Amino acid sequence: MSEDMEGSFETEGVHKQFMFLNRKAPYGTIYALEVLEMILISAAFEQNTNVVFMDDGVYQIRKGMDTKPVNMKNFSPTYRILEAEKEDADEDPDAEMKWRLIVEKESMEARGLTPEDFIIEVEVLPAKQVGELMAEMDVILGG
Amino acid sequence: MLNTINKSPFERASLDSFLRTAPKGTPVLFLEDGVYAVTKNTSLAAAMAAIAKDHAIYALGPDLKARAIGDDRVLEGVTVVDYGGFVDLVVEHGTVQSWL
Repeated sequence: MSEDMEGSFETEGVHKQFMFLNRKAPYGTIYALEVLEMILISAAFEQNTNVVFMDDGVYQIRKGMDTKPVNMKNFSPTYRILEAEKEDADEDPDAEMKWRLIVEKESMEARGLTPEDFIIEVEVLPAKQVGELMAEMDVILGG
Repeated sequence: MLNTINKSPFERASLDSFLRTAPKGTPVLFLEDGVYAVTKNTSLAAAMAAIAKDHAIYALGPDLKARAIGDDRVLEGVTVVDYGGFVDLVVEHGTVQSWL
């Protein structure tokens, strides 16, 4: 690999706004796990990270999943790593990044859920505010 | 910001999710199965006319042709673009949100 190519991966001093938009339920398709992996990988680059759960994506962070009967891995505890990343960013005065974990209010209410149903602590934002935040992003990745 | 929708509005709620979140004036491009949203005489036609008041609506021509949706069957107020036009929209509006 040439030096130019290596240089293109330099992220020091770069602080962009990223949104990861989760819109699918966790086990029926691979989307939820793929987006989660994408967030975990991107955490290494220390960028501003906005994780949003909307539509059936709000089901990804429900408490109390038992996937043994369907022989699948319950990956919901992994979302706690996002919470830990947020706490690190909040508590480190030198951190130049901010993490937000957001649930879209309308999707949550339509599914009869409340913030107490979630495995992590989230901000609940109305759809219009999610849309305004979206418009401020440099990059939006979703599934 | 440009929004794109690539699934049929009769199968998925992507169009509703776009409408719930997108600020007025956000342009939307329908492509792949999303183009069924911009056809005339569907149960959605009136709703689409209302959406057109707040958002510029685009549809990808090659996907319309593939689905036998002629120009005469595309809703009024929809701008049909080719692949080059799609690229121009992305360049003009920057960030893209794909409602999958």
